[in-house]
Parts: sequence; C-alpha cells; structure tokens
Amino acid sequence: MSSLKSWKEIPMGGVAYRLSTDVKTGDWRALKPVIDQNKCTKCMICWLFCPDMSIIWDGEKVYVNYDYCKGCGICANECPVKAISMVPELGE
Amino acid sequence: MSELELVPKYPREKQTMINVNGDEAIAYAVKQSYVDVVAAYPITPQTIIVEKFSEFVANGETHTEFVAVESEHSAMSACVGAAASGARAFTATSSQGLALMVEVLYIASGLRLPMVLAVVNRALSAPINIHNDHSDAYLMRDAGWIMLFAENVQEAYDTTIQAFKISEHPDVQLPASVHIDGFFLSHTLENIYTLPDEAVYDFLGGPRKIAKVRVDYFDEEVNYALDPARPLSIGNLALYDYYFEIKVPQVLSMRKAEEVIKEVNEEWYKLTGRKYGNGLVDPFMVEDADIVIIAMGSSAGTVRSVVKKYREKGVKVGLLRIRSFRPFPHKDIVELLSGSKLVAVMDKGIGPGQYGALYLDVAASLYHSKSKPILVDYVYGLGGRDLSPEMVEQMINNLLKDLEKGYILEEERLRFLGVRG
Amino acid sequence: MIEVRWHSRGGQGGWTASNLTAMAASYEGKYVQSFPAFGPERSGAPILAFTRISDEPIELHSMIYNPDIVVVLDYTLLSPGIVSGLKPGGTIITNFAGDVNQVLKTLNVKTGDYKLVLIPASKLALEILKSKITNTAMLAGLVKCGVVKFESVEKSIRERFSGPVAEKNILLVKKALEESIEV
Repeated sequence: MSSLKSWKEIPMGGVAYRLSTDVKTGDWRALKPVIDQNKCTKCMICWLFCPDMSIIWDGEKVYVNYDYCKGCGICANECPVKAISMVPELGE
Repeated sequence: MSELELVPKYPREKQTMINVNGDEAIAYAVKQSYVDVVAAYPITPQTIIVEKFSEFVANGETHTEFVAVESEHSAMSACVGAAASGARAFTATSSQGLALMVEVLYIASGLRLPMVLAVVNRALSAPINIHNDHSDAYLMRDAGWIMLFAENVQEAYDTTIQAFKISEHPDVQLPASVHIDGFFLSHTLENIYTLPDEAVYDFLGGPRKIAKVRVDYFDEEVNYALDPARPLSIGNLALYDYYFEIKVPQVLSMRKAEEVIKEVNEEWYKLTGRKYGNGLVDPFMVEDADIVIIAMGSSAGTVRSVVKKYREKGVKVGLLRIRSFRPFPHKDIVELLSGSKLVAVMDKGIGPGQYGALYLDVAASLYHSKSKPILVDYVYGLGGRDLSPEMVEQMINNLLKDLEKGYILEEERLRFLGVRG
Repeated sequence: MIEVRWHSRGGQGGWTASNLTAMAASYEGKYVQSFPAFGPERSGAPILAFTRISDEPIELHSMIYNPDIVVVLDYTLLSPGIVSGLKPGGTIITNFAGDVNQVLKTLNVKTGDYKLVLIPASKLALEILKSKITNTAMLAGLVKCGVVKFESVEKSIRERFSGPVAEKNILLVKKALEESIEV
C-alpha cells in the first residue's frame, strides 16, 4: 500500500497519471502461449486477434510479449496451423 | 451605504432592457456566454430554452454547435464529451428528463468537468405532473453539482452567466446547475436588464480556459482535455485503491466553490449593480427576527412581500433565501440564525420517511449553533400548487402561536401547507 | 401595483395581450410580470392570463387572486364568475357592442359597483383585421384607464409584430380607443 499516492499527489478527475504500460498485466496469466517456431508460418493472424497487442513481429520471427499477455488463449485458438499451445504457468 | 456609492461599470442606462420569460432569459444568457456546445432534449417546462437557443443557432447569431440528441441521458453524455474535449457546454432539462440524466450527472462531476445545466424545476411522476416543485432538484442534490436557485427572471439571466464562471474557476472545476421554478419563472414574462455581449465575454474571460494536470508521462503540465497531441485517459477505473482519493478533492473543491460564488457575486455587482445577498444566502430582516422563514426559488419573493407586511405591523419575522443549495451555506445559516427563536423551513419537495431535504440541511447547521431555535418543516407547493400570500400569512400566524407556546411536538414538526383535508 | 386578469379562450391571444401590456408598461419604466394560468392550453377552452405592473421590483410570484382590473376578450365568457376576486371599485373591461344593462345583468352586478369599459372589439377586428382576434383591440381599455400610454402600446405591438400586421393592429387599438365607452 505504501506505493499508493495520497489525494494530494494525484491529478484531478481520476485522469491516469501513469502510462497504462506501467502496469504489467502479464502477471494475471494462468496459461501462457508458447509458439512453435517450426510450425509457425508467420501469417500474423495471432497478431491481428491479440486483444492486448502482445504479439510481436521482430522482422524475423513472431514472439509473445509476456509483460502484457494475459493468457486469454485467443491466439492459440485462431492459429490456423496450431503452432501455439497454452502451457500452465508454473511460476518463476 | 457603500451600495449607494458604487457606480457599476455598466449602470442601468448602459444595459439593455428586454421583456422575456425565464426560459428565454436563460437561452439569451447562454448565447452571450460564448458556449461551444449545447446538447439538449425538450421537456416541459424547459422546452422554450432549447427552442429559443436553436433559433439563435439557426439565425447564425452564435458559433455554438447545437446537438439535437435522442434523450436526456444522451444530452448529458454529449456535454460530458464536449467538456472533456475542452469545450464550454450547456444543457437544460426538467423532472423526468433530469431523472434520466442522473447517471451521467455523477460522471460529469466525478470527472471534474465544468459545464452548466439549467434545471427548470418540475415535479416528478407519479402522478404525472408538468408543474413546479423541487423534487427533481432534490433528486440531484448529492450528484456533486453546484446548485444555484434563482428567485426571478433577472436572477435567472444573471445566475446562468455567473454559473459558467463559477464552474470553470481553477479552484472549482465542477459542473453547476441553475434552477428556476417551472412556469412561475420559466413561462412568466418579466422585464430584465442585460449586458452587452462583449461585457459578458470579458466577464467570463473569453472562451473556456482549460485546467492543467500533471501526469508522469509528459514533462510539462498538460491540458485536462482530450487532445490527440497530448493524449490522456479520462474516465478510468479506480477501485478501493484510488476511488476514495479521487472523490475527496471533489468535496474540497465544493468547499472552495463557496468562496468563488461569493467572489463572483461581488464581481457581478461591480459590473451590473446587482447582487444577491452574499451569493450563497439572501437574507431579509433576519438580524432581529424572532421567526425566520427559509425558502428557495420564486416562492421566496412571495414570502418576502408578506414578511414586509408583518414587519409594518411590528412582527419580528424575517426571510432567509437559500441561493446556493450546493454547496450548502452552513456557516452563514449558523451566523444569521444565532438570534432567532423559531425557524420554519419551506420545502417544495417531499422525502417520504424523512423531513424535506432543505429542512435536514438546516437542521444539520443548527445542531452546532448555541441558540438552537425551534425548527419546523413546511412542505408546500407540491405539483405546482400555488403559494398564495394568504397561505404565507396563515403559516406566520401559526408560527406566532408556536413561538408563544415555546415548543413544537415531534409529531407536529412536519407540516403541509395548502393541502386539503 | 396594478394587477390585471385576462379572460379569453385558447387561441384568442389572451396571454399575448397580457404580454403586450406588460411590455408597454416596461417602456414607461415600470417593473412588469405577465403569465398565463399555467397548464395545457386547448384551443377554444376558457383560459386566464395575468399582468402585474409596479413602480417597485415585483417580488410576488403567486397567481393573482384580487385583480384591480379584469379584461374579457370574448363576450361569450361574460358570467358572474368574471368578477370573482375583483377588488371593490375595480374595473371590468369587456368586448361588447350592445346595451350596457345586458352586461350588468349577465355579470349580476349593479351600476357603480365597478367601473365598466365596453369596447366593440369583435366588430372592429372584423372590419380592420378581417378576423375575430380581439386581443389587441382590448389593449385600448387599458389605455383608456390610464394603465399604459397609447404610444407604449404602439411600441409593444411593433416589437411583437411587423409590417402591415403591426400597422393594422395599431389602427385597431386607435379605433377601439375612440369607440370605447366608459360607464
């Protein structure tokens, strides 16, 4: 609780004082998507469907930004070649 | 004395007299207030405001974007959107329309968006009724809006312009509503004095000034507004970790609004020669009064005229008109009523299972006063029932008996004035 | 303060007449108020309108219960109810072209109870406006009683109407003033 600000320190009207990317929503995840790079055809359908913009294309391959991926599984469901599997999070 | 010495910047000769009803007066004030967006839906007895204003727009007399919406919920939502983008916004409604707006009223104040809403007070259904009482105003009393009640058409004009200034004050940043009594003011023609357009423009400091906020992701303070160049998230989720912290400044701003309403009242006086008490309360002969009657809106005038008659007869009665219902002027009430023996609160609305809303607020103030006058609640005028001078006389006569007796029993503390049976 | 009650039927312009009177008085530096008996207005149904004129700011915002003057735009509305609440010695201004005794009988009042002003408004309106709208003609009654000046009424009519409509109505008031009878 100590990191939370007092009412004197926050801007009015509940406007976001931090960027939403400061909040790493990846830790909400129970299942994590894992891409089998051998099967992946780089069709980018997962990128299109990801609600959290967590599918990244680095110019060579597709990977998942686990900082923000909430593990919804839409990518795995939509992948036409079944290259993505949902693996239980086992913790660090 | 000092009132005689002051020469307003625009003395009456420099103002223009117009003959208008309360609704038209508000429409005219809005036109002069350089409003950017008006989103409204018609409902009796507010309709004339919207009609008249859309005429101004159609005639090209104003730059305002007029949005004809499909409901009051949408009207207030459009105003929230407009105000969030930095525009000066206005809407108007009555009764059921206000009830439909309520959800969004809380959003406007919670997001700290300045705007003005004219409420032409009308009774809530059921039974269906189009006439005046304050039940719709009581409905929004905790919505976080500044609520100002006008007594006559002149004050409706004056208060509408003032409301923009109060609402947009850097220390306030809260929406404000201007209340006029349906028909008693909305449809009553009176001759009023109006300022030239440029005087209103200057008084308001031109277009709306947008407040600044500091956020972590911009180096400098930025406009609290939706701006693609400096994007902000407005209208966020805040749970038990922040909701409370966001609400507290709203309460404190409302307290600051008390001072701002007073300042604006004084400033208006210097500009026009007109003022309404200290802006929050408008007392009449309360200093030495044994009996003080508290009222809001157009009925206060009727009560005052009767109080004058009783004063001529030597009866020590006074009137305290509440102009600012929110923020509620607790301090003024304690000070002004310190010498009174009996206080009668007139409520033009009813709260089944409870006293009227105005009575409760006055009671809360007086609990901390040393004098503790006898307190009684008169509910009157429901559904547009006329408050005749005779009714006021009857009330004062009863109060004189109560004063002589020296107490009012608990079961007699809630009284109905002007009801049959 | 002078208080006026207007009796007319929905659509005959009773409220407009009340407004025009208030406007006229406002040009003379008076404080004014004009309002209808609030409610849904049905064409042809009897309606009331009220005018207050005062040298002081008007505080009262109630209906008018004891008018100084009642004005009747439509003589079919004449009945004893018209005088209810009228102050003793007050004035009745009515649209009427016939025998004054008929009015007294219909109102159930005696000569001398009230001041009576008769204006053949329907007849004049038909002649000048070619319609039965009597509201402006009845303004002549208030000029006759000294409540407002003719010039002020003229100004208020020009403010409310324009062109030939305004001119015809002003002519109508002038004619009505000439032909009005005070009893």
